[in-house]
Amino acid sequence: MAGDAPRTAVAADADATETAALEAPDPGPGPTWRGSRRYLRWESGLALALVGTVLLGVGLSGQFLTSTNILNLGLSNGEVAIMTLPMMMVVIAGEIDLSIQSTLALSSSVVGYLWLHHWSMPLIIVTVLVLGALLGLINGLLVTRLGLPSLAVTIGTLTLYAGVAEIVLGATIVSNFPAAYTSIGVNAVPGTGLSYSAVIFVVLAVVTGVVMHATAFGRSVFAIGANADAALYTGIRVKRVKTTLFVVSGLVGAMAGVLFTFRLSTAEYGNGNGLVLSVVAIVLLGGVNIFGGRGTVAGVFLAVLVFSILQNALLLTNFPQSASGIVTGGLLLVAILVPNAGDLLRRGRRLVRRMPGGWS
Amino acid sequence: MPPVAAVAPVLVLEHATKSFGPVRALEDGSIELYPGEVHALVGENGAGKSTLVKILAGVYQLTSGRLLVDGAAVALGNPAAARQAGIAVIYQEPTLFPDLTVAENVFMGRHPLRSGRRVDIRAMREQVARVFEGLGVRLEPARLARGLSVADQQIVEIAKALSLEARVIVMDEPTAALSAYEVDRLFRVVERLRASGAAVLFISHRLEEVFAICQRVTVMRDGRQVLARLLEGLGPDDLVKAMVGRDIVLRGEETRRAGGDVVLSVERLAREGVFADISLQVRAGEIVALAGLVGAGRSEVARAVFGIDRYDAGSVVLHGRPLPKGSPTAAMGAGVGLVPEDRRQLGLVMPFSIEGNVALASLARLRRRGLVRRRAERAFAADWAVRLQMKFGRLSDPVATLSGGNQQKVVLAKWLSRRPALLIVDEPTRGIDVRTKAEVHRLLIELASEGVAVLMISSELPEVMHLADRVLVMREGRMVAEMDRREVSEETIVAAATGQLQRLGA
Repeated sequence: MAGDAPRTAVAADADATETAALEAPDPGPGPTWRGSRRYLRWESGLALALVGTVLLGVGLSGQFLTSTNILNLGLSNGEVAIMTLPMMMVVIAGEIDLSIQSTLALSSSVVGYLWLHHWSMPLIIVTVLVLGALLGLINGLLVTRLGLPSLAVTIGTLTLYAGVAEIVLGATIVSNFPAAYTSIGVNAVPGTGLSYSAVIFVVLAVVTGVVMHATAFGRSVFAIGANADAALYTGIRVKRVKTTLFVVSGLVGAMAGVLFTFRLSTAEYGNGNGLVLSVVAIVLLGGVNIFGGRGTVAGVFLAVLVFSILQNALLLTNFPQSASGIVTGGLLLVAILVPNAGDLLRRGRRLVRRMPGGWS
Repeated sequence: MPPVAAVAPVLVLEHATKSFGPVRALEDGSIELYPGEVHALVGENGAGKSTLVKILAGVYQLTSGRLLVDGAAVALGNPAAARQAGIAVIYQEPTLFPDLTVAENVFMGRHPLRSGRRVDIRAMREQVARVFEGLGVRLEPARLARGLSVADQQIVEIAKALSLEARVIVMDEPTAALSAYEVDRLFRVVERLRASGAAVLFISHRLEEVFAICQRVTVMRDGRQVLARLLEGLGPDDLVKAMVGRDIVLRGEETRRAGGDVVLSVERLAREGVFADISLQVRAGEIVALAGLVGAGRSEVARAVFGIDRYDAGSVVLHGRPLPKGSPTAAMGAGVGLVPEDRRQLGLVMPFSIEGNVALASLARLRRRGLVRRRAERAFAADWAVRLQMKFGRLSDPVATLSGGNQQKVVLAKWLSRRPALLIVDEPTRGIDVRTKAEVHRLLIELASEGVAVLMISSELPEVMHLADRVLVMREGRMVAEMDRREVSEETIVAAATGQLQRLGA
């Protein structure tokens, strides 16, 4: 503690006016848990981008606004959209869960495996959800009890869970699921015109929004991400909150796995491969700070829409499917560059100004 | 007091102003530094001291006014220009290269060379050794900088300044993180610098230090110079009055009823390699000070009591009930609060708003059906902001925009609002200005008179003398003395803390 003391005092001595004037630019995009000007700017930007992509879609193809297409839109990215919500919470807490994609794959495999072994579907679903929560618990315990970085842990379990999925189902592809369930994957929820996964996403987004922005638990998540030490010194159970988030992440990953299986009517171990990058890209595009402490559900919600509509619009115009990675990657870069553009410019200018002065 | 040279100033800053956009950080900064003098710069936080130092360091450029070195106007466009002009700034926490030797750090960027452009390590070490000898300090030039104490790092910086032939040496609160012994050594070094003809600008919140080593003083208030003269004939009260612009009462009421029920009882607490055999009691209505040198293990004991760290043996009992190990949540539930030493890292969540920080430890009380009520939260924070006389723009502003003293009030509000039975405060007034310091002192006394048990860790002896009903002294992880208010003096505390006192009956 003694070592920290001088820094405190330096900061304390900084003139009050000065502190206000020279406050370092925020380290990343996105808001804290309260409204601020930056918050408005980022989300209005996203809203504009959303309008832009819709106009692009309408302009590019007459089919864009048809009800079939809107259903498709919700279908093709439903699982990704659902997974952005727990990912957002984990990232705000200053961690990451890359294994969620393999949780999806393993859940899908287990659905197939148990179906082959004549379990009843409701029981299978419950079992798989419990399994997902357990997979998340493993991540959470490794991170909080052993103090390992979640990036490393979940890269490990990403591979591990995928490996288990492959063992469970091997080369088998299960596709003889009852129509009552697979129709969930392809039909609209009666009276809405939206797919089941889209509706589940909207409901979960509302729940997540309330939890993150209006409960003590959500406040703790933001506090942990912004400063885990200060959170601990305020009596927040840092380890427990983080573990809970990983469990939720596993649970939602399993839910996505079930939906994915029904939508494709297929259970195989490779399901969902590569989705986690889209999930992370959307979360960052939504204004969530990759270092934790900042982000809103509204931002992530808008980012999901922008991402899905853009992909859909490009699909309608026969944009080569193989190049869709360009969209994901491009959005990710935009998400990182735009909020920091002012800062980067300033730094560049300062550098130029210093050069003739002979900085040694 | 050493004699004062009657010569022309080496550095003069005249009517300097500095604006950041619409904000004026410096209204009228003036100072004259003479060779062979130690010049004190004092003022409350926000008075413009840091801005003035940064102008001298070449970090900020003047908005208007002028800077003369040896009578000639100079413009310091960057820190290198300041160095060239013979100005060196020793910061509170120097940044050395940990994997280079002390000598290499001193000569960074201009190592003496021998044939083939090879660094002449021997010459370098000899020169540095000579500088250290001249300063009267023992420090091995060949050792790595890693692991040097802050005090030693400052010495290295001073050596660097001397090897650069700096004539103006600015020390920005150098003593804030030093133990009493290290302060003594630094003062001897400063005295040698002065005797050799250097002009030293010394910034400190501790007035007793100012009177110990300085000959001249400049007082700043609200970005202006309000007093500049020789120290002779002035007393601490004069400086305080100039700093705050009015008389303030530094001492609180002496009479206080102490000695209610035992609130905290720590029995033979031990943590391997950190502290051992720590027993203490704090009663309701009592302020107990935990004194000792930096690194004596005081903060570590506080952390163990509050549950941040686990301990290996012993027990912590609150109101007769044992507290579980390693759970701040349980400690808080039992009525313990901890105001940590490092408020930016441990006390506050900097990106959060003022109200968010105040309410963070009390969210359970501000909930209805699981949801935190924003309006209740704001009213809650506003109430405490008024009680502690915080200065702020809006409660929804990030807490990072506040001055150090006001940030400390936010941390205090966070804990006071929980109405703790035991409040542990770790260096409660470090780095905050005189006025806020007096307010914090008054607050702690009020708390105690309301029956709160207060355990205060402080390295400032005047603070300990002023507030404590009892003083416990720790040294190297052990409790070495317990003194009653009547028998306590600065001398006995220092003697106990440095090991020059026989163990007293505890």
